[in-house]
Amino acid sequence: MIPKIELRGVKKRFGSKVVLDGVDLVIEPKTSLVIIGGSGTGKSVTIKSILGIIRPDEGTILVDGEDITHVNGAARDKVLKKFGMLFQGGALFDSMLVWENVAFGLIQGRGMARRKARDIAFQKLAKVGLSADVGELFPVELSGGMQKRVGLARAIAADPEIIFFDEPTTGLDPIMADVINDLIVSTVKDVGATALSITHDMASARKISDKIAMLYGGKIIWTGPTGDIDHSGNPYVEQFIHGRADGPIKMAVKA
Amino acid sequence: MNFLTHIGHAVTTVLAHIGKLASFTGRSVAAVFSPPIYGGLVVRQMMSIGYYSLPVVGLTALCIGAVLALQIYLGGNRYGAEAIVPQIVVLGITRELGPVIAGLMVAGRVGAAIAAEIGTMKVTEQIDALTTLATNPIKYLVVPRLIAAVIAMPVLTAIGDTIGVYGGYLVATQNLGFTGGTYLKNTVDFATHQDIISGLIKAAVFGFIVALMGCYNGFNSKGGAQGVGNATTNAVVSSSILILAADFILTAILFHTS
Repeated sequence: MIPKIELRGVKKRFGSKVVLDGVDLVIEPKTSLVIIGGSGTGKSVTIKSILGIIRPDEGTILVDGEDITHVNGAARDKVLKKFGMLFQGGALFDSMLVWENVAFGLIQGRGMARRKARDIAFQKLAKVGLSADVGELFPVELSGGMQKRVGLARAIAADPEIIFFDEPTTGLDPIMADVINDLIVSTVKDVGATALSITHDMASARKISDKIAMLYGGKIIWTGPTGDIDHSGNPYVEQFIHGRADGPIKMAVKA
Repeated sequence: MNFLTHIGHAVTTVLAHIGKLASFTGRSVAAVFSPPIYGGLVVRQMMSIGYYSLPVVGLTALCIGAVLALQIYLGGNRYGAEAIVPQIVVLGITRELGPVIAGLMVAGRVGAAIAAEIGTMKVTEQIDALTTLATNPIKYLVVPRLIAAVIAMPVLTAIGDTIGVYGGYLVATQNLGFTGGTYLKNTVDFATHQDIISGLIKAAVFGFIVALMGCYNGFNSKGGAQGVGNATTNAVVSSSILILAADFILTAILFHTS
């Protein structure tokens, strides 16, 4: 079977700082993979490399078996139409109403008629548990949890084949975090999508993933089914999932 | 040795900036000439760049015109040339002060706003979000602002020119003893098409500079509130300097004074 997404030896450095040092990763169709790892280990860079927002220095990125590493312009837009993404801070357009945010990709990206896109936007808002009147508000009028839901509705608006979640539970209270986790699981299943998430919230990682990969030192150092995470036999993974200050991973106190 | 490293580092930094700006400009101009163009956004930007700048440009033009009339009268008075006020006012306003003052005012008002808005979108990942929604951020954010600024600035300057001449007229007729009819006749007889059109060409170029530098600095802002603050400052400072430099070059080209 052709993997939905495959990374081969992806490297990226900013100035003299090596962020990704040969990332190899395979995501099977219709599975949910979570990348765990500490802050600043290059989780976001990995996702942005796949989307083409950041261009890797070396390596190959394949989507549906097609090399998209150096694709630009209209061909890139075509690839991007397979993706939806939930950003860490929501990244909602603050100059637009909530429903316009959700409908944006349909109207601008796909040229759908405004009225039809509006109907779909309200359906998607309902799917993430938001009532119709929320659609007529501006994003700044919403709480953090509601903004995350709107971001989720926007990510799934065009029924993407692949959905990325960047720290979906960061900054939310534990209950709201669990609500978002449930929504992620149900929406991904509903759409039949392939999901790639990055997080350092282990409760979230366990709940939303089929497989977990750990990024450390610019490389994937462990990957396996979610059930195996507690007996990985990898001291780095052990330290991370139990949140211990002592262990092989040394936190740089000084930047 | 350390000293040389510093110089080398400074030179490479400047070159890197010039390269980045050139690449950004190239991509933006190319995007202007490739469909689709978001017409609704162009109109909205023309409102915010042109229409809402009218009060500040009009007011400064009025003051500049009035001061110019007064200064020329006082200076010309020394050798009995005070009658030349209307001619010098219209020449100074249309060729030079109209476009430059409008350019600098718009750089402060609009360039800062563009950099702050796009900078905030950058640091809150809204620009990345555009990309994931299959929308090219250059097309969606930069192109409408460039087109709107290049169209709106000459219009704004033409209005500013008129108000500036009126400022001179007011002072000359109220305080300096000119009769209204003579003042206007001398103004109209003296001003040539070239005076006015050269000023409007300058205005279009200044509009391009303001929008480009606002967008460029916004797109390259890093970090949080401080990064956006820096982007705003850099947008205003760099566009003001570029306007003055471009003004000199354009004057030399438009009037062949070499």
